[in-house]
Amino acid sequence: MGLKKILDNMKPAFSEGGKLSAFGSLFDAAETFFYVPNETAKVRGAHIHDAIDSKRSIFFVIIALIPAILFGMYNIGYQHNLAVGVPTDDIFGQFLYGLGVMLPKIVVSYAVGLGIECAVAQWKKEEVHEGFFVTGMLIPLIVPVNCPLWILAIATAFAVIFAKEVFGGTGMNIFNPALVTRAFLFFAYPAMMSGDKVWVNENYMDCINGTIDGYSCATPLGQLGAGEPVTYDAMDTIIGTIPGSIGETSFIAIMIGAVILIWAGIASWKIIVSTFVGGALLAYLLPYEGAQNFEWWEQLTVGGFAFGAVFMATDPVTAARTECGKYIYGFLIGAMAIIIRVLNPGFPEGMMLAILLMNVFAPLIDYCFIQSNINKRAKRAVK
Amino acid sequence: MSLFSKENGEVFKSPLNLNNPVAVQVLGICSALAVTSQLKPAIVMGLSVTVITAFANVIISLLRKTIPNRIRIIVQLVVVAALVTIVSNILKAYVYDVSVQLSVYVGLIITNCILMGRLEAFAMQNGPWESFLDGVGNGLGYAFVLVVVGFFRELLGFGTILGFQVVPDCCYMENGGLYLNNGMMTMPAMALILVACFIWAHRSINKEK
Repeated sequence: MGLKKILDNMKPAFSEGGKLSAFGSLFDAAETFFYVPNETAKVRGAHIHDAIDSKRSIFFVIIALIPAILFGMYNIGYQHNLAVGVPTDDIFGQFLYGLGVMLPKIVVSYAVGLGIECAVAQWKKEEVHEGFFVTGMLIPLIVPVNCPLWILAIATAFAVIFAKEVFGGTGMNIFNPALVTRAFLFFAYPAMMSGDKVWVNENYMDCINGTIDGYSCATPLGQLGAGEPVTYDAMDTIIGTIPGSIGETSFIAIMIGAVILIWAGIASWKIIVSTFVGGALLAYLLPYEGAQNFEWWEQLTVGGFAFGAVFMATDPVTAARTECGKYIYGFLIGAMAIIIRVLNPGFPEGMMLAILLMNVFAPLIDYCFIQSNINKRAKRAVK
Repeated sequence: MSLFSKENGEVFKSPLNLNNPVAVQVLGICSALAVTSQLKPAIVMGLSVTVITAFANVIISLLRKTIPNRIRIIVQLVVVAALVTIVSNILKAYVYDVSVQLSVYVGLIITNCILMGRLEAFAMQNGPWESFLDGVGNGLGYAFVLVVVGFFRELLGFGTILGFQVVPDCCYMENGGLYLNNGMMTMPAMALILVACFIWAHRSINKEK
């Protein structure tokens, strides 16, 4: 219990009136991150009691993200080697290269997001909430490899302030903050979020000077949107060796994450399954016109569909909370994502917009189901 | 009562700050979103609204005892419409490019909630001089918010101020720098967020009042 002792010794300095009380919220965050706090909800009253608190449940999401993170790092190196024209079998080297690209993004996203959260917590004299631990990890996973760090920092700050803190912090937000980050990037810096140069890390100057000209690194969805034949086969899209946002390419890695989340009871399987059902149905009914080398079910494995369904749509704060509502919520996300992809040439990827749209509708779905339940019960009481 | 008494000063000053039509009463938001993507149209729009509010207030105030109560809205609309037409034609004659940029929004000043609000709430009860001060104050209060929003949207969205380039060319990404203009600033959605920031700052400063 060495760590516990150190934390206990440090506590007085950080409490009210101590030398370092300005950093009290930071200390509190660290302490409750390592150890379950002593105070729990009162036994009397209507509180729901569970063996794990939200910091511990957040940890499971991070664990579930690990396969996608590791594969994303490998894929960065793999795509880079393809682009510069020297494919190698050196998996470890490729992984290290990806780590070097990925790590600054993770550091920036956590530093900016947690910095703002701690400042707000200190200002309002509240404790730091744990929600950003997941958001801060999701943000680097859903941006292009070539996204400059300062743009990432601005987008993260925007999302944390305008999608989260203005609504009252963790648990109060209407929109998923990680998706707001991506939406901000998408609308504010479209050149960094689409096109075929952004998905593969290379020295940006190389691209301009034409050193590696002639190498196309368009995503499958980009090719479909432009009406070109898809140059990746189904196996590539399932394993994930395709260009794309860092964490979203590998279907297998995301599914491992989904199994962990469902097994731990963190994410709702109803949302995940119904999202895939909705997406599959629409993808079958609404194929791309004249798409070559592309099966309808591949819609579910390319782009951010799987990642969004597993890690974004299931965010317990912004999703529908009634059990029946979850089916509707998930189904509409899947359906809407495919509709946007196929029918709107301006947006080759529709998952982000579909989830944000359904975030808005989630309270309405809940309201309808709760009202119908009340009506049903009222009728029963009359009889 | 003298022309520049304390009460009259208050009538003029309060809409500039504590009773700002945009930041406090949240009126006239639609045009604040539509015309502020650059600074120049924002300034022209603010001045047009100031002139129209001031003179509409004076005219209605002069007529206030003769207007039958049941048709007062129609009378107010006629006065405003006449003034809007005059301003619109002046803009077309002297600053044609801005008037093209503003397009329908000059005509739509007629539906600006600030105008009808001031006519109903102030000019119908007060004398012409007070009404004039109130109109100028409210117009300038509106123009001030537009200018602030327009300044930031043009600076961050285009890298220019009043059409002059502020961000040096070599900083841009296509020239080997790191900087990119924020495309979202050119969209109306961002104007809403900037107005919200303005209101936020305004309320934090004037918390105790």
